[in-house]
Amino acid sequence: MTSLINLPAHLKRDDLTDLLKQMWQIRFFEEKVDEFFAKGMIHGTTHLAVGQEASAVGSIAVLEERDKITSTHRGHGHCIAKGAEVNRMMAELFGRTTGYCKGKGGSMHIADVEKGNLGANGIVGGGFAIAAGAALTSQMKNEGYVVLCFFGDGASNEGSFHEALNLASIWKLPVVFVCENNQYGMSGPAKEMMNIEDVAARAESYGIPGKVVDGNDVFDVMNGVSEAVDRARTGQGPSIVEAKTYRWKGHSKSDAKKYRTREEEQKWRAKDPIARLRDALIQEGLLTEEGATEIKAAAKKEIEDSVEFSKQSPMPTIDDLMEDIYA
Amino acid sequence: MRELTYLEAVREAMSQEMRQNEDVFILGEDIGVYGGAFGVTRGMIEEFGPERIRNTPISEAAISGTAVGAALTGMRPILELQFSDFMTIAMDNMVNQAAKIRYMYGGKGKVPMVLRTPAGSGTGAAAQHSQSLEAWMAHVPGLKVVQPSTAYDAKGLLKAAIDEDNPVIFYEHKLCYKTKSDVPEELYSIPLGQADIKRQGSDVTIVATAIMVHKSLEAALELEKEGISVEVIDPRTLVPLDTDTIIESVKKTSRLVVVHEAVKRGGFGGEIASVIAESEAFDYLDAPIKRLGGKAVPIPYNPELEKSAIPSVEDIVAAVKETLNHR
Repeated sequence: MTSLINLPAHLKRDDLTDLLKQMWQIRFFEEKVDEFFAKGMIHGTTHLAVGQEASAVGSIAVLEERDKITSTHRGHGHCIAKGAEVNRMMAELFGRTTGYCKGKGGSMHIADVEKGNLGANGIVGGGFAIAAGAALTSQMKNEGYVVLCFFGDGASNEGSFHEALNLASIWKLPVVFVCENNQYGMSGPAKEMMNIEDVAARAESYGIPGKVVDGNDVFDVMNGVSEAVDRARTGQGPSIVEAKTYRWKGHSKSDAKKYRTREEEQKWRAKDPIARLRDALIQEGLLTEEGATEIKAAAKKEIEDSVEFSKQSPMPTIDDLMEDIYA
Repeated sequence: MRELTYLEAVREAMSQEMRQNEDVFILGEDIGVYGGAFGVTRGMIEEFGPERIRNTPISEAAISGTAVGAALTGMRPILELQFSDFMTIAMDNMVNQAAKIRYMYGGKGKVPMVLRTPAGSGTGAAAQHSQSLEAWMAHVPGLKVVQPSTAYDAKGLLKAAIDEDNPVIFYEHKLCYKTKSDVPEELYSIPLGQADIKRQGSDVTIVATAIMVHKSLEAALELEKEGISVEVIDPRTLVPLDTDTIIESVKKTSRLVVVHEAVKRGGFGGEIASVIAESEAFDYLDAPIKRLGGKAVPIPYNPELEKSAIPSVEDIVAAVKETLNHR
């Protein structure tokens, strides 16, 4: 029987179950956030990555600890995959002082600079040049780290995309641009907003490689990103890796999703990246049904605990308002 | 003491900083062999090489964002923007990223970068190369804004700006570039937020910025012939603003004229006038505060029209007399 999984050679069994656990953490985190918004328990807005777990987890799984990421407005999954504590993430959404941004950043600004998460970003395309700059530091200081820049299909139509990719290309910066093509820029279908099938095709105009991977297959993502990371780390410059995926939820909480059909949603739900990984691991004999259930339950509990942690965390006081504007 | 031009003083501050701090580098368009649009970086590539005097493509959005990313990860970039008008293209990275990152991240991360840029009219370059947009930047929480008027100030303030752990916009007035003053050879720092009394006087206070400092000093000489004693204060930095020096001066002279080249409407002069109106100096005023600023017109090409778009020495003389004649 041919293997169901196209496994990167260096991966161990423990790593595999970690992938599954992280993907479940993302799923449960997002579902919890969705629920709290619906109940009015947390305010602002949020952009959920349900359905996109494989691209976040698969991309970051091939990084080393020292590597850095920049994220997007749909960044919860990237943060979790980069090792963020879900307690502090949830607390941030609750606006508490224990949150990653002491309650001042909210969903779109979760960052952990010391751990290499240079931040989610409320500006579409805001991360391109910042990623290039972080990669420039790596190159100038000979630090050896790679920067992984997440972006969406919509962001590839921003001017900053072109400018930063050109710059990264001519300077051979150690950066990998990972497009999570979830088919929509807010309500705009990718196929109506650009006249090409693949964002990765744009790589050609910067003289860099562009590769399309199945964004719902965590292993395909890992293999594609791994190749690009190796290239970046060995001084050969940037690449684009485009993960084709789908956001199950709307753009943000106010989205009635009138621009797409239920059939289309069902088609993508059938490609659930988590079920796919779980089933593959079981069929390959790398995981038992019970093992899978345990991992799932553990992930769920962590998210439940993060809610309790957040509810018990203190609110900022008015004295905190003017803190941290300047270093 | 030896004299340097303002332009040489800026270059010397950067060179001396770069000799003592490996993290400092410059990026910008044509700053390499060409030496920059105004020749500020001329000769620097010979000493520091193309890695640290880093020529960029014409991509203001990318290079400003790259500076943000580099600063966030441990470098101290100096970005030369060829004309301050191009801030419009770099705006997203300065306003939405550089200025806010520290606060949005709950006090984690810092962005120690300087954006240097020539501003102002007087070169016949017309409406897209002659603006004074410093009030825009002063309006944004998280940025610091510097406007030196002399060579001595330029060197000391630039040193302070490079040492800052926060993003600084450093405006260099093009017509100041060739002005000279005594400049010490050693590297020295002028703290941001410290105004300079350019001339002591007792009858009226003029608060002026950049090239208007020179025009105000000229006006003060004229007025002196008529027995009018003018105090000229140069705030040097708009953010932070040394309100104490301005308030004390107005309490002494009881009259205030504010002069800047930027368009009067919505200009920083309104801020300075308000500082006095809200302070104890208000009770000392013997005449309404007078504001002089550019006319609300794009800077025209024709030399006579160009001159008449902004305050002249005669305008300043007239404004001072008007406040003195108020009863």
